[in-house]
Amino acid sequence: MSRGIAITGMGIISAIGNTVEENYVSLVNNKMGITTIENISTVHSGEIKVGEIKKTNQQLVAELELSPDNNFSRTAMIGTIAAKQAIQEAQISSINEYKTGLISATSVGGMDMTEAHYYDYFEDENLVKYISCHEGGDVAHKIADELGLKGMVTTISTACSSAANSIMLGARLIQSGKLDRVIVGGTDALAKFTINGFKTLMILSDGYNSPFDDNRKGLNLGEAAAYLVLESDEIVKKENKKVLARVSGYGNANDAFHQTASSENGDGAFLAMEKALKVANLKPEQIDYINVHGTATPNNDLSEGRAIVRIFGEEKAPDFSSTKPLTGHTLAAAAAIEAVYSVLAIQNNVVFPNLNFQTPMQEFNLIPQTTLKHKNIEHVLSNSFGFGGNCSTLIFSKSE
Amino acid sequence: MRKTYINGLGCISVQETFDTIFLEKAEINENDTILPVKTPVYKDFISPVAIRRMAKGVKNGIVASAMAMKEANVSTVDAIITGTGMGCIEDSEKFLKAIIDNKEEFLTPTSFIQSTHNTVGAQIALGLQCKAYNLTYVNGSISFESALLDAKMKIEEEEANIILVGGIDENADYTTSLFKLAGFIKRENEGPYKVLNATTKGAVYGEGATFFVLENEKKSTTYAEILDVEIINKLDVNEVESKCSAFLEANGLQVSDIDTIVLGFNGDVEFDPYYKILSENSFKNTPQAFYKQLSGEYNTASAFGLWVGAKIIKTQEVPEIISVNNLEKPAYKTILLYNQYKGIDHSFTLISKC
Repeated sequence: MSRGIAITGMGIISAIGNTVEENYVSLVNNKMGITTIENISTVHSGEIKVGEIKKTNQQLVAELELSPDNNFSRTAMIGTIAAKQAIQEAQISSINEYKTGLISATSVGGMDMTEAHYYDYFEDENLVKYISCHEGGDVAHKIADELGLKGMVTTISTACSSAANSIMLGARLIQSGKLDRVIVGGTDALAKFTINGFKTLMILSDGYNSPFDDNRKGLNLGEAAAYLVLESDEIVKKENKKVLARVSGYGNANDAFHQTASSENGDGAFLAMEKALKVANLKPEQIDYINVHGTATPNNDLSEGRAIVRIFGEEKAPDFSSTKPLTGHTLAAAAAIEAVYSVLAIQNNVVFPNLNFQTPMQEFNLIPQTTLKHKNIEHVLSNSFGFGGNCSTLIFSKSE
Repeated sequence: MRKTYINGLGCISVQETFDTIFLEKAEINENDTILPVKTPVYKDFISPVAIRRMAKGVKNGIVASAMAMKEANVSTVDAIITGTGMGCIEDSEKFLKAIIDNKEEFLTPTSFIQSTHNTVGAQIALGLQCKAYNLTYVNGSISFESALLDAKMKIEEEEANIILVGGIDENADYTTSLFKLAGFIKRENEGPYKVLNATTKGAVYGEGATFFVLENEKKSTTYAEILDVEIINKLDVNEVESKCSAFLEANGLQVSDIDTIVLGFNGDVEFDPYYKILSENSFKNTPQAFYKQLSGEYNTASAFGLWVGAKIIKTQEVPEIISVNNLEKPAYKTILLYNQYKGIDHSFTLISKC
């Protein structure tokens, strides 16, 4: 029996690498990408650290060979880079040969351009081209155009769980036969808007984020993009494609507790994990590794931890870690980059370490995996939660 | 495969549509370039404290969803799926201005918290204490159709029986001034702004919140069945007819089966040819309806379009105020909707009487 929808390609750009390989090398070598911010001028630069892609917009334009009159936001540029890598790995040369779609995800969209030029639009007509790149859908259109894709293109925005939902929708579109192939993922660039937003919520760490640590002080924001290619078993068979791993389970639930805070017992997270396990037809004990949402905010880790205890039992929780100490919290892209990391965990049979952990939380006995661990990995569960109570869980499985 | 029925509607729009049978109170405004919503009495639906805190898109979404649920006579749902092109742009604008004006100091989180695109879906879930599937799509003029397609799939997958689906967009002052600058909104003093046979670029902008209760079962409140929804990112004008017939064919239908085509004409001389090519060729003998002269253009105006389609089936008439060609049919059974914005984000939606 099939273990889910085939993943045949992946692409990523994040603070810890510009390719899948670079990201993997950083993951297994504890190479954190959290630094002082360089590409955005903000009054908070002295007190926050971020997971930033160390390329300027000019460098990204050059890399993508965009024309000088382009109106790409940074979000669209990093998204295009990741999506192109994914297509390449899946060895797709004729993208519209099959019914192909693109399901993207973003929270800020082209906010980086909007906030940079907001009051200048009326002064400089050369900037007017950026007005239309604000909206979320613009990013997906630009990626689709760069890939030459014609078909179903849409975008999901459920804050920090967005990309999990795009992967879930993509899997369902293949499952139902509506599409043969779909590129799924998400992208978000750093922006003053989100930096200041999270700052006002007082959930930004002034140091390095330490998920599931009793003394955790909040998150580091990051920027990233990642896309995966999902293909039907018919294509995989016909073209004898290499399957990297499979999307075997997915669940989406709402915490219905508070616009920004998670409920104390993690009801939404619990329901999302429960649904994903049901779709994957797996028992909790079959999960070998949880890539937790683990933002290192006091609220998230407590709520997520309680939900994990409810699903797995306090003593029986599988190895788990948050990779956000390396990348920062990349918002709508988080679930996409963590999907790539989940697939890498399966391919390489490793559990990535949860860095910066020192003191166990008092509320429960859950200790993240703090060193690189080699073991057979069949199934990885990945959590992503967002504002608005949006909770999503994905399960990735070894192909056979 | 399980079928999907529209069993309840709630529509807050530029027109008085929340307590009407159809468009009997509608009035065409051809003098303004931005049309504000006719607000319902919020306090009948939302607490006074919350009313002050919420942006109008959130309020309109809550009210429209409550009306749809009331009509469908349901008190809980298995999924809440929304679409919005620009999201909670009022709060985004407020927070961004505060960042720039105050040089990143003295900020409060309220408008940031409410600026995320999924705020409406989240607030509805919170109000209903609904922990079910909750999703928000943000992709220009197919934001709503993405939500509709997802909902239809959920019912077919037998993952949900009752689903709340809606499209919400709001206008905010500074953003509309940018849209004027960019030419998305028509220039001042070029009125009257007629939608059909317009000669100027851009569109008259509106706003609104339109919600639907979709269920897997037919009941006394049923308006129509949703047969199919298709989304295409990009088409050339000369591809629209063949795409349209392929869509009909996939549903076992041909042009002669369509009793009304509801077209998204918005009076933009540059992009209305997408509709004209259908209007003047394949569908020239079919009753045609248009609606953005009433709703204004906005990313989820097509949800208002679906409201129009559902009402045509329910009332079995195409009111004169929305008729393109004054053709009539003895019965309105199958309706096709087509929409696009600026040549991208095309959607075909097919509904039928049941």
